[in-house]
Amino acid sequence: MARLSTWQELPAGGAVVAAEAEQPHTGGWRTGLRPDVDLSKCINCLLCWLYCPDSAVELDGTAFAGFDYDFCKGCEICAEACPTGAIEMVAE
Amino acid sequence: MSPELLTGGEAVAHAMRQVDPDVVPVYPITPQTPIIQGFAKFVAEGRAQAELVNVESEHSAMSAAIGSALAGARTMTATSSQGLALMAEVVYIAASMRAPVVMALGNRALSGPINIHCDHSDSMLIRDSGVVQLFAENAQEAYDFTVMAPRIAEHPDVLLPVLVGQDGFTITHSAEPVALLPDTEVQSFVGEYAIPFPLLDLGTVTSQGPFAMPDSYFELRHDLVRAQEAALSVIEQIADEYMEVSGRRYGIVEPYQLEDARRAIVVMGSTAGTTKDVVDELRADGRYVGLLQVRSFRPFPDVAVRAALRNVTEIAVLDRADSPGGRPPLFAEVVGLASNVRSHVYGLGGRDLHPEDLRAVFAGTAPKYVGLREEG
Repeated sequence: MARLSTWQELPAGGAVVAAEAEQPHTGGWRTGLRPDVDLSKCINCLLCWLYCPDSAVELDGTAFAGFDYDFCKGCEICAEACPTGAIEMVAE
Repeated sequence: MSPELLTGGEAVAHAMRQVDPDVVPVYPITPQTPIIQGFAKFVAEGRAQAELVNVESEHSAMSAAIGSALAGARTMTATSSQGLALMAEVVYIAASMRAPVVMALGNRALSGPINIHCDHSDSMLIRDSGVVQLFAENAQEAYDFTVMAPRIAEHPDVLLPVLVGQDGFTITHSAEPVALLPDTEVQSFVGEYAIPFPLLDLGTVTSQGPFAMPDSYFELRHDLVRAQEAALSVIEQIADEYMEVSGRRYGIVEPYQLEDARRAIVVMGSTAGTTKDVVDELRADGRYVGLLQVRSFRPFPDVAVRAALRNVTEIAVLDRADSPGGRPPLFAEVVGLASNVRSHVYGLGGRDLHPEDLRAVFAGTAPKYVGLREEG
């Protein structure tokens, strides 16, 4: 675990600068389900990427490239949004 | 400029017109209403350019104020009594998010029983919120503090809401000669609004108002302690600068006839003025009496109060607020200065306290803030 900040090191009001927001791996709170993809069904519409509230869908250029489980919380929105049923929630 | 006959409410409305903040979200309440009524008239007449937001409650007023102050807009509001009580939840958040909102307060008793007249209970309700609290003696001080307040609030070492209290009716509704500065003088005194992380700065994108677990809550709260401590010297520095432009200086305390006083009264607000008259009268009878007026209640000026009272043998503290079942707030501060009981703060936001911490407290080796991560 990263060393925790002293009070002197924290910015006024605890403002979180964008670059720092990637540090806490909130995927640790995941519900117990994680998304899994069947790439043969994926049509690269990127609705999952658009809907994901945690920016946990990774892209390679403009192509779907998988999930970032450091941030995915298992909310199932991507699975609901996927128009081809390529995303399935699986138990951890 | 020659003095004008103004009530405290009118004088502060003029100060707000001259500061001309960007945004004023506000809800009317007696006895604050003359402040915002006067200011709204200035806006309607085009004499102030502020965006006046007619919110539906004081809770919303402070919520909007936080948003606009952190977006990067100079923001002021005003309230009294029950309005401050409704606002209180959000006042704590304004302080912890370091939103430098300036708030005019017409001090009024809290219900119940319902009462619209003056005491300081409303201020004391948010005593521990982290806001800077100044108490004016008269309309002139209320005006001057309101011009000084944005500089104090926005100072990079402070960045806290500043509340300028004036006694309801006694000051808000009573006319007295008030010397206003020229508009341009006020404008150049307050300068441009600047904060470290304006939300609309797309160059440095920030998320503000974070959730803080036991591993960081204590540290984030402690930054308010530092900001309050810094405010003591910042108020004095701004008072010096204000003296340059106005010829009037308001320090964190004002000792009156204390050099050789044996008996002294400690008090805040308009009663300081009455006390000065009584001191003069008793002095004329050869009595060694004096007054210590406390202008800054938060931060509380420990060193200045102790120094001012060091030769006084009998001290009486007058509180215009009570603490049923405990000690009134100003009294508790003054008595705390004379105490040899050690003070420690621990466990904020769920921080654990361990047996070794208690052993260190017994041994006298524990820091004041037990369990706080700090440098040096």
